[in-house]
Amino acid sequence: MNASAQVAALDLAERASRAAKVAAEFADRVDAEGRFPVEGMNAIKAERLMGVMIRPELGGEAATVTHIADVCAILGQSCAATAMTYAMHQIQIASLADYAVGSAWHEAFLKRICDEQLLVASATSEAGIGGNLRNSLCAIEVEGATARLTKDATVISYGAAADAIMVTSRRNAEAAHSDQVATLFLKEQYTLEQTSVWDTLGMRGTCSDGYIFRGECPAEQILPRPFAEIAAQSMLAVSHLLWGALWYGIAADAVAKSQAFVRAAARKSPGQVPPGALRLAEASNLLQQVKANVVAGLKQFEAAKGDGDALNAMSFSVAMNNIKVGTSQMILVIINHCMLICGIAAYKNGTPYSLGRHLRDAHSAQLMISNDRILGNTSTMLLVNKQDTSLLG
Amino acid sequence: MNDIIRELLSKHGGLPVAVDQIADTADLYDAGLSSFASVQLMLALEDEFDIEFPEAYLNRKTFSSIAAIAEALADITKDRQVA
Repeated sequence: MNASAQVAALDLAERASRAAKVAAEFADRVDAEGRFPVEGMNAIKAERLMGVMIRPELGGEAATVTHIADVCAILGQSCAATAMTYAMHQIQIASLADYAVGSAWHEAFLKRICDEQLLVASATSEAGIGGNLRNSLCAIEVEGATARLTKDATVISYGAAADAIMVTSRRNAEAAHSDQVATLFLKEQYTLEQTSVWDTLGMRGTCSDGYIFRGECPAEQILPRPFAEIAAQSMLAVSHLLWGALWYGIAADAVAKSQAFVRAAARKSPGQVPPGALRLAEASNLLQQVKANVVAGLKQFEAAKGDGDALNAMSFSVAMNNIKVGTSQMILVIINHCMLICGIAAYKNGTPYSLGRHLRDAHSAQLMISNDRILGNTSTMLLVNKQDTSLLG
Repeated sequence: MNDIIRELLSKHGGLPVAVDQIADTADLYDAGLSSFASVQLMLALEDEFDIEFPEAYLNRKTFSSIAAIAEALADITKDRQVA
């Protein structure tokens, strides 16, 4: 048995925990310097976690989105930037693994991801369009067997560190803005001209700089299925679920810290209930709601997986949207509770109870795909979608 | 029925191309139908035909083409006649 097979024989959560330990060690530095979480990502690669969702015949382990969500939650408790990088990579893998079946080029690339533990980024946001994933201005130009694309990408998370980028564009120069395809470009097939710097409040390690992307590749690297289908059936749901899981991780770590704070206070004054204890109970209650929300969503997703009708249903989109909006709002309330429990020790950097990074990272949640945009979409669907009022349905 | 669908599509679809240039089987999303416009169209169809789209029809596929909408409407109105 070789080394990688030995690693892979272990349980995913255990491997994720080992990688998370490394990521945690560097989390404050990654945050302070706003740099790519290279140590955490290398640890993830050493644990062979990059391609686990891919089919075993291509070198993967057939892990489900639920398994990956568990990994994201574990990583989220140690370094949110590492967790987010991993989650965004897996969102691309989910699309590639399920929506390029039978495409020889893409299957060979999936095998390379497993063999070489490659990192895949995405370029969906575009100047003039903003964050609306389902619209593109740029159009891919296919001439014979060659495809060329230039995109003014306002954000490409970890673009400089990626081994490949999945780029959305219009199908051709005549196509409507919503008639999109996704193309996978390898590092040697594109150049990135940096146009903006990701100097943000939180999630600083994702290095989501802006670039002019210029790529040229064989036309067979265009994904065979329309991007509309990939976005609707996989990308949006997987994003909300994996993000929800890692956001849960951020909040769970904040609650763990405040619990440690309350316990230390209880030990100092035996016989008295520390002042933060009641608020800790509240935080624990809210955290359970976040967990339940994500877990219920994962269950619904796994049940619908592979069923085009179920994945396309409005009620499914409404449910996934609600998970994103609900978890992203709730984690802020939870971390604020934890701040009140730990007081100045949380507000101050460099204490065992510091929560500044958690709070700043968590603030990205309601903005990455703006909650207002999502609520807008949900409200449109609710004009016609009848609510399922059953408890278990 | 297709004429009524075309008329409502032209009014509510917000498409960048004229509706008479779209074939019955052409993909409306590729033609630029947004999810917001598809809901507006759905509401207009509900009003026009005095129906409510059941949950099973509330998906992308139902509104993917003029022919698909016509088929869905035929199914829904048929069910109503039986009932």
